[in-house]
Amino acid sequence: MKTLIKNCNIVNSKSDLMKQFDILIEDKRIIKIAKNINAPYDNFIDAMGMYALPGLVDAHCHLREPGYEYKEDIASGALSAIHGGFTSIACMPNTNPVVDNESLIEYIYKRSNEVGLSKVYPIAALSKNQEGKQLTEIGILNKAGAIAFSDDGNPVDSASFMNKALIYANTFDCLIISHCEDKSIVENGDINEGYMSTTLGLNGIPSPAEDVMVYRDVRLAEYTNSKIHIAHVSTRQSVEVVREAKKRGGKVTCETCPHYFTLTDKACDGFNTLAKVNPPLRNEDDVQAIKEGLKDGTIDIIVTDHAPHHIDEKNVEFAYASNGIVGFETAFSLAYTHLVKTNIITLSQLVEKMSYNPAKILNIEVGKIEKGKIADLILVDLNKKYTIDINKFKSKSKNSPFNGFEVYGEIKNVFVEGRKVI
Amino acid sequence: MNFDKDLLGLKNLSKEQILYIIETAKNMKLLVNSNNKKSPHLHGKTIITLFYENSTRTRMSFELAAKYMSANAANISVSNSSVAKGETLIDTGKTLDMMGTDIIIMRHGCSGAANLLAKNVNATVINAGDGMNEHPTQALLDIYTILDNKNDIRNLKITIIGDIKHSRVARSNIYGLTKLGAKVYIYAPDTLIPKDIEVTGVNIATNLQEAISNADVVMGLRIQKERQNANLIPSIREYHHFYGINDEILKLAKREVLIMHPGPVNRGVEFTSSVIDGKQSLINEQVNNGVAIRMALLYIFTRRKK
Repeated sequence: MKTLIKNCNIVNSKSDLMKQFDILIEDKRIIKIAKNINAPYDNFIDAMGMYALPGLVDAHCHLREPGYEYKEDIASGALSAIHGGFTSIACMPNTNPVVDNESLIEYIYKRSNEVGLSKVYPIAALSKNQEGKQLTEIGILNKAGAIAFSDDGNPVDSASFMNKALIYANTFDCLIISHCEDKSIVENGDINEGYMSTTLGLNGIPSPAEDVMVYRDVRLAEYTNSKIHIAHVSTRQSVEVVREAKKRGGKVTCETCPHYFTLTDKACDGFNTLAKVNPPLRNEDDVQAIKEGLKDGTIDIIVTDHAPHHIDEKNVEFAYASNGIVGFETAFSLAYTHLVKTNIITLSQLVEKMSYNPAKILNIEVGKIEKGKIADLILVDLNKKYTIDINKFKSKSKNSPFNGFEVYGEIKNVFVEGRKVI
Repeated sequence: MNFDKDLLGLKNLSKEQILYIIETAKNMKLLVNSNNKKSPHLHGKTIITLFYENSTRTRMSFELAAKYMSANAANISVSNSSVAKGETLIDTGKTLDMMGTDIIIMRHGCSGAANLLAKNVNATVINAGDGMNEHPTQALLDIYTILDNKNDIRNLKITIIGDIKHSRVARSNIYGLTKLGAKVYIYAPDTLIPKDIEVTGVNIATNLQEAISNADVVMGLRIQKERQNANLIPSIREYHHFYGINDEILKLAKREVLIMHPGPVNRGVEFTSSVIDGKQSLINEQVNNGVAIRMALLYIFTRRKK
């Protein structure tokens, strides 16, 4: 089975744009990239004016299966991901039951293969039942296919536990993803502490709740010579801590999400629960710092933190509303519109942050359009301007604060291992 | 004067709307203080109080306001309603709507609860206090009380002392009083001052002398015992030592200073008893004006142009 894509502009990380090239795919792999390929094919796509990007890789999402299938499941999540251009996604373990044993790892791979859309890679819990008390069987889970380890929304509050977890995970060269949030500072906070929390009368979350734990975990990783990945960085101080650690040569990487460089806590005005997310949306200065971190490479990757919730979990009193934003179907266009169109980063850097780097951090062999590589790629119409419409989302959930936003960059075609799925 | 469907707070009321409500309340006060407390203004209207938090004075004030004007008034107490069975606020609101309710008066522990209810019902929602957000009827009666004694609020120095951070009364008063041109000062331990509050236009006093000097109005806010347990203050004793108002410190204020408090007062904590019972205290007058303000609101919001 051969597919020929004609006349696309190929974008890779750390490379110049390849204008009007053809890509020939045979079965799962790219077998040729050149101008004016003349070869027999089964499928043909005229991609004149389109941009070919390596399939996007999301290192942080929530698929809710098993346990919360009314919000999302692996099938609907993978479909949503594909429509956002994500060909590989890594899902967090906070399901019910928690992904802390190899049978659930195997289950997620089995469901992912049955669905056959975006490839789903499970992140296992770092502690049994995400309780922060007893380590999961990191070696066995790693062997079963756990791509990383994280207690995500149940941050590890014991520094001693994190210290040992980092050392032990290092034995197997496993990656720990740390959701940095000191719950003792957060208390019962609802939104970022500042003018908005004050004038809405909501409990504020001081930004040090995030950055003090970023510092703790980065220091522990440096001391133990372990690698660590900091989840969803949202504050200026977190960016600065990671920047300094990188300068010292620490094996630290970090991520942010589109909502942390496009929105501030003002989005919560009028008690808008769709803008309730954890970490909370911060202020203008933090947004600026996130952009600077993306520009200078301190922030390695952009993830969605796709967090689907049922409408009934958002249409309640603000304090009772669930935290989270669905992100698969808006991430690329938001990042392209707010980072590339505004000249903060280049298109090639965007590919680096949404495909090449996350693939490298998760150690999966995708993230490049190159001869011999797995044919995970997307075709995008970058000039297409459109309005985000939550009702068109393929996700089961519609909890997005971006409804009605005008963005550029429409995903036209998606190939997963050579198969055209859109 | 045009009004929205609901009264959710003073943040979104204009100066003109505030003054209109107060003008209306002046007429209502005549009725409250008369021998025959009955008018037909709300005849045939159904007013429901829906209180998710305990309250005696606000709830009673609304209930009497409705009854003095001949409304059908009913109360929902949370403990014996379907709320205890886990019904959502929106579902409760829609049920009340279908029973023919004209006005729902709600108190709720969550900030924004009144906004949520208002968006989901046809009835008018009057916010009787939502979390730490707003308590508009309290601020309106406070403004009425000040205007009744001072004629004009512009350039008055009005000092609010107490737990500003957790107080919906403080927020509503800050929005209302600054709109009317007062110079509002707040004073409290830093742990009880919410972040960036100065952006609203208030001044944060740095000591008690600055807070009280030449003040036209001194308003105390109830300090909750829980603040001590949460380590926001070391003790009620220490609070009173540094933030309590007594006759001595009040000598720094203007001679005709007004002493106010939304109640219930902790005697000997926010104010000494001699201040509470002193001749400058308007604490009881506030309660009297509260009924008039609530009558005015029920009158206005049942006659709103749709």
